[in-house]
Amino acid sequence: MSETTTAEGVLAEGHHAHPPYQRHHFESVEQQFDTTNFAMWLFLLTEVMFFGGLFTAYLLMRNWYYPAFVVASHQLNIFWGTANTGVLIASSFTMAMSVWSAEMRKKSLLIFFLCTTFVLGLAFLGIKTIEYSEKWEKHHIPGLNWSDNTFRNPQSDPEVYKEYHDAPLSPDMAAKAELYFFLYFAMTGMHALHMIIGIAILGFMIFRARAAAYTTGHVTFVENFGLYWHFVDIVWIFLFPLLYLISRR
Amino acid sequence: MSDQIAHTDHEHKVVSPFIYLTILCTLFVFTAITVWASYIDLGEWHIAQGVTIFWNPVVALAIASTKMVLVVLFFMHVKYSTKLTKLTVVAGLFVFMALIGMTMSDYVSRAWGRW
Repeated sequence: MSETTTAEGVLAEGHHAHPPYQRHHFESVEQQFDTTNFAMWLFLLTEVMFFGGLFTAYLLMRNWYYPAFVVASHQLNIFWGTANTGVLIASSFTMAMSVWSAEMRKKSLLIFFLCTTFVLGLAFLGIKTIEYSEKWEKHHIPGLNWSDNTFRNPQSDPEVYKEYHDAPLSPDMAAKAELYFFLYFAMTGMHALHMIIGIAILGFMIFRARAAAYTTGHVTFVENFGLYWHFVDIVWIFLFPLLYLISRR
Repeated sequence: MSDQIAHTDHEHKVVSPFIYLTILCTLFVFTAITVWASYIDLGEWHIAQGVTIFWNPVVALAIASTKMVLVVLFFMHVKYSTKLTKLTVVAGLFVFMALIGMTMSDYVSRAWGRW
């Protein structure tokens, strides 16, 4: 960190001692923390607007093509959806504990909780892969591997039929089931992309935590990454009831 | 609850693991309730001709919103944050609700009965 000097070459007055992680353009460590925290929240608000567009589209299309959306959502597996909700909530807890470990300067505990969050993130993606591959087998991938046979003839899918006894949809309404699955893949896919980015950053953080980068009192990076991870959790907290639950009966 | 909040050397508030654990359990309980509620027909409310509120999605979204508030306040530390952060979060939610509200009210108030 270069020292501020005057034209006479002497150390400028008013240069107080500060921790090495405090940048020079900040008055104090608290101001630096509050500023980066505020910036992270502004970024998260842009993310709210981004997902908000998808949620609005889903809300509107569900009202327009209600019968197609109800029958199509019966294809989702409540067990895997609930399991993934549990996994993600648990990962938010371990992330919160990572922040606590960094604040308490407990290095090995921080590495443990970061690794747990990393593994839970991968578990979420693993379950998502099981669900996606089932959609592929049933030809429920819009535009790529699509057939509306399940919705024109629900009895062709006995496993789902015995639970819901859905009436067959007319061909034009059955075609709208493709829209449901388009929104399903757009919303869960964008969510999964956020998870993948989060897991990549977690890997980087585990590497840095081993070098004791976050246990010297400078917790900003862990804290702000935590905000991102919890935000992605909140998106799923809304995706789960909207996609899996509300059309059950 | 103030005794649960320790202060580090630079007045940065640290939330205790006990609070995190409490929130984790509460979130699990709410998840169980929302899955359980989805198996029950909670009925509907006919307000007027063609205007009906189904209670299942309303309850599911209310539970999801409660979970969101818990995550934001405790996991994301907004309860212990500066007024600026609190204002930013509330303003963001307000704009989000306003945009969804205006979009939906526009759609439902056009082409009556056909949407």
